[in-house]
Amino acid sequence: MDEQPKLPDLNTPPRPQLDHGGPITDANGNLIVLGFKSVDAGHETTEPLKGHAAEQTGAEHAEADEEQPQEGSSQQLATTNQSSVKALILTGFGINCEEEFAAAYQLAGAEPTIVHLNQVLHGHVSIHDYDILNFPGGFSFGDDLGSGVVLANKLRYRKNAAGRTLLDEIKQFVANGKFVMGICNGFQVLVKLGLLPNLSGDVTPEVTLTHNASGRYEDRWVRLKVNPKSNSPFLKGIDTLEVPVRHGEGRLIIKGEETLAEIETRALNCLAYTDFDGSPTDVYPHNPNGADLNCAGLTDTTGQVFGLMPHPEAFLSLYNHPDWARRKRLNPGLSEEGDGLRLFRNIVERVQGQAAAVPQEARQFSS
Amino acid sequence: MQSTALYTVRYPVTGEQLRDFATHCLQDPVLHDVALDEFRHGADYKSYILVAKLPGVTDDEGISAQNALGDFLNQPLDTHTQHIFSKRLYFLEHELPESSLRQLAEELLGNKMINRFEVGPIAQIRDYTPRPGGGAESITDTVRLVGLSDEELVKLSKDNLYALNLEEMRAVRDHYTSMAEERRAAGLPPDPTDCELEIIAQTWSEHCKHKEFSAVIKYRDADTGEEFEVDSLFKTYIKNATAEVDRQLRANGNDWLIKVFSDNAGAVRINPESLFVWKVETHNSPSAIDPYGGAITGILGNNRDPLATGIGGAKLLFNTNVLCFGNPEFNGTLLSNQLHPRRIFEGVRKGIEDGGNKSGVPTVNGAIVFDDRYAGKPLVYCGTGAVMPMQLAGLDSWEKNIDAQDRIIMAGGRVGKDGIHGATFSSIELDETSPATAVQIGSPITQKLAMDFLILATRRGLIKCSTDNGAGGLSSSIGELATISGGAVVELEKVPLKYPGLRPWEIFVSESQERFSLAVEPSKMTELMALGQEMEVELTDIGYFTSDGSLDVRFDGESVARLDMEFLHNGVPRKVLEAEWQKPAAQEPKVELRWEGRDAIFCVSPLNDSLKHYQQTEDAKYCVSTTDVLSRLLGSLNICSRESVIRQYDHEVKGRTIIKPLMGATGQAPQDAAVVRFNFESWEGVAVSNGILPRFGDLDAYDMSAGAFDEAVRQIVAVGGKLPNLSYGDGNFWSVNDNFCVPDSVYDPATNPDGKLKLAKLVRMCQALRDATAAYCIPLTSGKDSMKNDFKADGVKISVPPTVLYSMTAKIEDVRRTITSDFKQADDVVYLLGETYDELGGSEFYQLFGELGANVPKVRFEEAKALYTLMGQANDQGLIQSCHDLSDGGLAVALAEATFGHGFGAEVELPEGLPVHVQLFSESHSRFVATVAPEDVVAFEQHFGTRATRLGWVTQNGQLHVRQSGKTIISASTAALRYEWTNGPVNRIIGFGQHETVQ
Repeated sequence: MDEQPKLPDLNTPPRPQLDHGGPITDANGNLIVLGFKSVDAGHETTEPLKGHAAEQTGAEHAEADEEQPQEGSSQQLATTNQSSVKALILTGFGINCEEEFAAAYQLAGAEPTIVHLNQVLHGHVSIHDYDILNFPGGFSFGDDLGSGVVLANKLRYRKNAAGRTLLDEIKQFVANGKFVMGICNGFQVLVKLGLLPNLSGDVTPEVTLTHNASGRYEDRWVRLKVNPKSNSPFLKGIDTLEVPVRHGEGRLIIKGEETLAEIETRALNCLAYTDFDGSPTDVYPHNPNGADLNCAGLTDTTGQVFGLMPHPEAFLSLYNHPDWARRKRLNPGLSEEGDGLRLFRNIVERVQGQAAAVPQEARQFSS
Repeated sequence: MQSTALYTVRYPVTGEQLRDFATHCLQDPVLHDVALDEFRHGADYKSYILVAKLPGVTDDEGISAQNALGDFLNQPLDTHTQHIFSKRLYFLEHELPESSLRQLAEELLGNKMINRFEVGPIAQIRDYTPRPGGGAESITDTVRLVGLSDEELVKLSKDNLYALNLEEMRAVRDHYTSMAEERRAAGLPPDPTDCELEIIAQTWSEHCKHKEFSAVIKYRDADTGEEFEVDSLFKTYIKNATAEVDRQLRANGNDWLIKVFSDNAGAVRINPESLFVWKVETHNSPSAIDPYGGAITGILGNNRDPLATGIGGAKLLFNTNVLCFGNPEFNGTLLSNQLHPRRIFEGVRKGIEDGGNKSGVPTVNGAIVFDDRYAGKPLVYCGTGAVMPMQLAGLDSWEKNIDAQDRIIMAGGRVGKDGIHGATFSSIELDETSPATAVQIGSPITQKLAMDFLILATRRGLIKCSTDNGAGGLSSSIGELATISGGAVVELEKVPLKYPGLRPWEIFVSESQERFSLAVEPSKMTELMALGQEMEVELTDIGYFTSDGSLDVRFDGESVARLDMEFLHNGVPRKVLEAEWQKPAAQEPKVELRWEGRDAIFCVSPLNDSLKHYQQTEDAKYCVSTTDVLSRLLGSLNICSRESVIRQYDHEVKGRTIIKPLMGATGQAPQDAAVVRFNFESWEGVAVSNGILPRFGDLDAYDMSAGAFDEAVRQIVAVGGKLPNLSYGDGNFWSVNDNFCVPDSVYDPATNPDGKLKLAKLVRMCQALRDATAAYCIPLTSGKDSMKNDFKADGVKISVPPTVLYSMTAKIEDVRRTITSDFKQADDVVYLLGETYDELGGSEFYQLFGELGANVPKVRFEEAKALYTLMGQANDQGLIQSCHDLSDGGLAVALAEATFGHGFGAEVELPEGLPVHVQLFSESHSRFVATVAPEDVVAFEQHFGTRATRLGWVTQNGQLHVRQSGKTIISASTAALRYEWTNGPVNRIIGFGQHETVQ
């Protein structure tokens, strides 16, 4: 193509133009743009589900935003009498697993809210009003500079009106004893940000996630083994689980013997890919990406920050599993719940337990 | 080779800022090095290749880097002007001449349609950066039309890529001649402006107007002498057939058919609160030129159809793709500008991967069909299902309403020269001079942002209706929306551009991607714009709707086009075409079953001389052991596993996919239809299937079309779907899209001598479609036709075989009761459901021997419907444990595939009657292999009566044994069969994801 656009002077860089005039407020200074909340979990009917739905639409739900995901399922739900656990789920800019993430918390008995990143970055929503901060999977900003890089960069550098970055807020959030979870692209963000494994405590990237050893994106189911020494509340009581991986850049690279040794010693490599007999493996396809330590997930030293490449939120129901039909034939009484839901139940129970133990103190910090 | 990501930053930053930005934001500290203002490379590298993007080509990586720079500097950067340009720089150890480097670059590293390459010795690296900027070039010319001769009219159409024929050009000329006075009075030139002609060409293009599907066709059957006239294929066989189906549905209390043919996608009602929206389209021509860009644009473009149906803002539930390619192992000489089928395959595959995965829409199933005749133009069918509420902010979501004075908002990406003439270009055959500007590159992330925005804005009642900017760009989207209110005024100078130099007409017809046109009430503007800003989606007010009957396009206040809407939309002259059918001469080859000791052998006497070199035995026979035949079928191009392709598509994002393309403990049991649940709160879902059988069209296009329809129906029945309208108000919606892709079917004695036969095939395909919809009471809701699938170069024409795809969706009441294809347990009893006929014509079995045969499979609609009804009832009683439909390769292949999920085996005894090879390999329609638990056998046999044939039982030992009268016909280890299937040509070519060595 020889055609060239006719053009002004090449040497003068174009002037930066403002495309954002700041928050939009009305005459009284109130924001015109309402908080971004998920319309629902992709469900377009408002018909309450037979059975459970009636019991669950308690007083607290009547007050909740009507755009909240519909509560209820014919799967068993945790009792909702306990104080509600609030999970904040970020979305926007190419994140795309927020709905099943919300469904996971919903099924685990928590109250999920999906919020656009800009709502948090612009300070319209405070993460401190929530108990668990979640980074879902997807392709944030297209993964063009490497998975999770642009989003991590935004959290590290972009300052709100008060001059604080979201990373500052997250550090505070963790210091307050709260929990952060990242799945797939969300895990990549936590790693690129340095929140995982954060051996040094100063939030600098120590390991990285890069292109799978196969050089390609893959969707397949894998088996994971939980590191028995891991202290992460997310994994409490879980020995193994089956989950799908769906990524092109999930290969954990740990540079330096010391870093590697420390991760192992402190059992931060909380999940390992295993072969059919349950031993950790580097053999494809059981280990789908060639990760160091065959590692599928990491926690930080406190155990409060947790991330993994596979998708537990994609295995909430038995019917997500590729072999569900045969397993059900074999055992008609098989639970209809998927392995992945256990992680969410774990963390919700943990927060509920904390709230029961120290209801006041934990709240004081957050508001 | 060593590679470097190169970023050119054209934004005022200090050296220190730049260094910090590079090290903190662009570099992975664990893996990368950073160099500034320097091309750093190892000492022993000799040559380089720089791959940059041509001006205006989507540069997502550059935009992302820019985004990161804004965050890093903590400044609000104008993200809509490009300040950072991404490139790739490759260093090679060998010193290669420029021509070889250029060849490497063009064939492996990029595409000259979208990339700019610099190559040479490493000491002389040249950089290239597209120039940035803003403004348009406001030049509008008039085109002399009044008084032109016929010859001049034809030349004008060809030179300007209008793709209009003489009669159409005359109609335009005559219109302008008659309007001359009126135009003068209105201060307009008597001749049309370039913009006006472009709008007319786009609106009247085959792509947008479906002129051949609405033509008058004179049909003659040369064998019987029968003659009749078809007054529009679309009206006669598609629209009227669906209207009849709708009448029957409504008479029986089934009123779920909400919107057909009149919007971007069809809509049916799932339940009182929600609609299911379904659309399938093709994107063939662009995929032939730029496979990656063509496919990704195809996916994203098709996604925009459900998104912009009615008011808009449907939520995408899944994608499905059906692809037709030439043989990827082709090793002959390519024509000028023809891409190798393998390159097209890989490019399209990658486009689907990025288009679906990055949008967060699962690709739940699909099909790949290989035939040498797709080597010129591949067929790329993209389908998208979506869900939307019945009511949006109190209004019926599926309706499009616009009033005069409503604003026209363009949302999403900016406009460049990409995709200019896409609509007209896809309406003509491809040749070696096909224009580069017709190619676009999609940006899934830009679209994802627009999609998130649209979902929220429609829920808040900010948008009155929306439509997609696809083929024909603004011209098409505004042209169509303006028919609702009766006119529009467009102010083109407001349209944001990617770079300067676009003329008004180019802005209006450009097909730059990821854009929607919205109709917005003036009172909602403030809130809408605020939401766009919050969600970082660019919204531009580019005019308003009117009701004065004209489309008025202005630039800086001056009219660049003013067209009468009536003439624009209804002025195209109707075509009259000729069709003549003649049955092809065809013959069945002779097949014998022989015994050599205990081994069974099939011997085929070839009719086809060209296969002499295969002949192994004395009297010109090709003999293969029966077990080998099965192995070879499983390893054949059209049957073998597609796992390497499937696994690179995310088929379970959203967490709702219940039946995926591959299931079972091994993850290698192929499935018939996908099943997706709508949400996490109920078990309602939808089954998705595709029917496509181009091979049968070589024998009879009617049977091919009927067979493809039946194939899609039976795939849904196989997973547990039920036919519609079986009982009063059962609410079992079905929604079908038809997609016809045919070669040029307009007769021309010189250039298209067999045009009449091709058109006759199309007519027959449509007749079968009508018969099938009536028989099953299944409605069509939307569809598309692509009429010129030919590739011409160097005096050679490669035309696709007439192809039709039926993409079906049907309601599943409870996804937990669906059925997968794999055997579940040893001792389950294996049945054949339905009847086998001597119908090996066009079969994969004959294909193995290079034969076509004559007996093409026919669909017996009444019998098929009765069987499908029985299956629905049996499934209600939980009688079926596994079910696999019989298609390519017949019974033998279906049995083998059913063992792949867990490594079971089967003992099968074929009944007496039809010859063994017919029983095993005939591709007769409407049949299944099903298994039944031993305790249900009595009930099952009572229920199905003679429709079920007991074949044998599932075994634990992993051996497939097929016998007849005590003699073993096939004896194979199912593990070995699975190995053949898994290591077939597709997986060999695309490769499995073995770990490669570290770079």
